[in-house]
Amino acid sequence: MDSGPLVELRQVSLAYRVGKERMPALGDATMAIRKGEFIAVVGPSGCGKSTLMKLVTGLLPPSGGEVIVHGQKVKGPIKGVGMAFQNSTLMPWRTTLDNILLPLEVVSPHKQRFRAHRAEYVAKAEALLASVGLGGFGDKYPWQLSGGMQQRSNLCRALIHEPEILMLDEPFGALDAFTREELWGVMQKLWLERKFTAVLVTHDLREAVYLADTVYVMSRRPGRIVLTKTIDLPRPRTLESTFEPAFVDIVHELRERIHLEHA
Amino acid sequence: MNDTQRYWLGVAMPWLAMAIFLIVWQLACVVFQIPEIILPTPTRIFTVFIQRWDILLQFCLETLWTTLIGFFLAIGFGLLLGLAIGASPFIYAGLYPLLIAFNAVPKVAIVPILMIWLGVGALPAVITAFAISFFPIVVNVATGLATIEPEMRDVMRSLGASQWEILTKVGIPRAMPYLFASLKVAITLAFIGSVISETVGGNRGIGFLMLSAGARNDSATTFAGLFAIAIMGVLMYAVCALIEQRMTRWAFRGAVMT
Repeated sequence: MDSGPLVELRQVSLAYRVGKERMPALGDATMAIRKGEFIAVVGPSGCGKSTLMKLVTGLLPPSGGEVIVHGQKVKGPIKGVGMAFQNSTLMPWRTTLDNILLPLEVVSPHKQRFRAHRAEYVAKAEALLASVGLGGFGDKYPWQLSGGMQQRSNLCRALIHEPEILMLDEPFGALDAFTREELWGVMQKLWLERKFTAVLVTHDLREAVYLADTVYVMSRRPGRIVLTKTIDLPRPRTLESTFEPAFVDIVHELRERIHLEHA
Repeated sequence: MNDTQRYWLGVAMPWLAMAIFLIVWQLACVVFQIPEIILPTPTRIFTVFIQRWDILLQFCLETLWTTLIGFFLAIGFGLLLGLAIGASPFIYAGLYPLLIAFNAVPKVAIVPILMIWLGVGALPAVITAFAISFFPIVVNVATGLATIEPEMRDVMRSLGASQWEILTKVGIPRAMPYLFASLKVAITLAFIGSVISETVGGNRGIGFLMLSAGARNDSATTFAGLFAIAIMGVLMYAVCALIEQRMTRWAFRGAVMT
């Protein structure tokens, strides 16, 4: 490895202020994410997984500790991040294509070039749509698409500006099991092609093991990292591999650790 | 009942309801022998409409103009204030109680003050129409802005969007359906405002016509004026509803895209 991790968390904690009380959401998270690594964070519900995401992107300042990206302490929202949430947050007044182009209208240096080079960007967006199996759907409005198609578009929007870091907050959580597993494949393919650094927050252990290089298990609120598990299963992983003993064993190990938290 | 009949019944219902209302009115006047000065019959009002259409039209147009000018002022001002209130919790905290207080003041009470300031003419009517109709616009636009999904905001912020970009790319488009919904309410209120002003003290418009007809005990003309206002109100409402559908088709999710 070259110059150390891309993202580093050092004893990061966060407490929300509710009235006069302080509600600890995250206690003492320490982790290091290599460039191009795919990590997943799993844990019981309400353990501060989503909080962790907001801390890494600088959307929330930590109460204690520090978040370091590119060797620099994070002080505000950092540049070069793509985000996808469970709720696809596509804008209903824009067509799918225009939704995907949105980051290019906002992120430098694209936004200065956007008007003059629109055709080039549109071609890029259409290629990306085609690569997730949505070729030709660009002129549809998001509400004319199924839930799975909306999440595919959502991934496209998160990736169009080629961010270094992709944040995924339960992006497949609201989908049915078949669609979800299909999208794991789509996600893995995108990652293998582009090798961005990805942080996936999920409560689906199979999803975490399928996609991630490293899985972090968090404790109950206030969340701490109680287990770090490296997944060295070969890539590309397939739905078949999720039934192989090596895969199943890892899922069981993670599940048992989380059950300890509920006990 | 099959689908075609169902459709035509739906189209006919408003007209049927109106016809029944007018027939009951007419019958009541005839059966109870109500004197015309108390309540003229619909047929009598209709006759006056035909006989005096040129005067009615002239006064209607005056009212329509003042109403529309006040209404457009209300859109401009309401949009700006609504955006400010929706975008900033501090402006919201500061101005909202004031707005409610202002809205609670009966606008008929400010007309005499306007007369003192501006004299008799179109201006007090324009300002009354404006003052009565901007409130729903402000509230709706502010609501549209304030209810942006936090995730949407996070997506924009993580892209490095400025507050201005969040406002123009998310806030304003999202507030549009709220704005257009409020316009339907605001236009009818604007009519109320301008007619109130014309009635309290004015020398023009349909309100003035009704007032002077009333002073001559000409009930039929007064009622013809009322009908004219109602017709203008419905027409303007329809225009606003049409614009709403055109501009914010996405908000209806294709439900009314016929």
